[in-house]
Amino acid sequence: MVVPTFSKAAILRILSAIPDPEIPVVNITEMGMLRDVVIGDSGYEIIITPTYSGCPAMSLIEQDIKMTLEASGVRPVTVRLVQEPAWTTDWMSEEAKEKLRKYGIAPPLHSSCSQDVFAHNVITCPRCHSTDTIMLSRFGSTACKSLYKCNECKEPFEYFKCH
Amino acid sequence: MVQSYRLSEWCSNAPVLEEDLALTNFALDMTGRAQVLLTYAGKVEGSGKTDDDLAYRRKEREFYNHLVMELPNGDFAFTIARLLFTSAYEYYFFTELKHSADEALAAVAAKTVKEVKYHLAHASDWVLRLGDGTAESHKRMQQAVNELWPYTGELFETSNADAVLRDKNIAVDLAPVKALWRTHVLSVLTEATLEQPEDGYMHSGGSKGVHTEHLGHILSEMQYLQRAYPEATW
Repeated sequence: MVVPTFSKAAILRILSAIPDPEIPVVNITEMGMLRDVVIGDSGYEIIITPTYSGCPAMSLIEQDIKMTLEASGVRPVTVRLVQEPAWTTDWMSEEAKEKLRKYGIAPPLHSSCSQDVFAHNVITCPRCHSTDTIMLSRFGSTACKSLYKCNECKEPFEYFKCH
Repeated sequence: MVQSYRLSEWCSNAPVLEEDLALTNFALDMTGRAQVLLTYAGKVEGSGKTDDDLAYRRKEREFYNHLVMELPNGDFAFTIARLLFTSAYEYYFFTELKHSADEALAAVAAKTVKEVKYHLAHASDWVLRLGDGTAESHKRMQQAVNELWPYTGELFETSNADAVLRDKNIAVDLAPVKALWRTHVLSVLTEATLEQPEDGYMHSGGSKGVHTEHLGHILSEMQYLQRAYPEATW
């Protein structure tokens, strides 16, 4: 039997140091991927949800969680992947959106759950804040982003799609 | 999983880099979905089989995918026409499945709908662009639609097993899915100045494990590693 010596708040604090492997300016808590921490007799269970079904970063995140916690003396740790409720960009914190913008990625406008993807949204350039932008490709370097170009400052940028 | 394999074949071969990214992103979504569903299938079956067992160690006759998924990519128009038909099907199918009494399936469905609507928007855009494009792109798009149409009937076939699962509110009633599918597909074809092919002979067999000659070729490549080195792991 394991005697819990770390509170849930302490665990969450440790986990908030883990960056998103693909967008390292935000951490997994801010992204809304970290769903819960369950402390029980058999150890610490960390519950996470994937942003996309095929997100290749999930196994890396799982590994990061185990390594980070074990380095702080938290053990034994198990990581459970849940599909329900499905991740949405609504869970992204305002801080995270601001960090994305500063990093050069336009943050999601709203939740896409009720939005028509055929509608053409006005995306603001994260660099010069112009609204005169054009979509170059619906898919960017990762499944969660689209490629845009700003007609004002002429810089290309990525937009984190609503999900 | 089978269509994911086909889309992956476009990797580094698509007409433009952006399309390379888009098609392989779709493939990634599909593989992710297959992984969750196959893991769950192994659990429901209770035989201890993993997602990898079901993906890499099943024989051709044990695959029940729709035939349209396994057809070779053809030209870009063919791949896009197929994507329109299959993503419209998946969009409406999974929208219904969100209400399944089976919680695991409902969860996969909720996730899938978010992803598939981007696939559908992308495919619809391209069909418009190519259908209502040059004489050459119009000709190829129409040809692709004509060739694929006889494979669309199978998407809405139901078996006795489906009926049993539908009574338990686990499976989806395909009649409304078909109606929504037709409305969307026909509106895209019309806007793209393409003609709707006649509903003639429809190919069938996937749900019984009877495939075109193409699936065996896919599996011989996809399953090679596990067949050659049976216990290999990452």
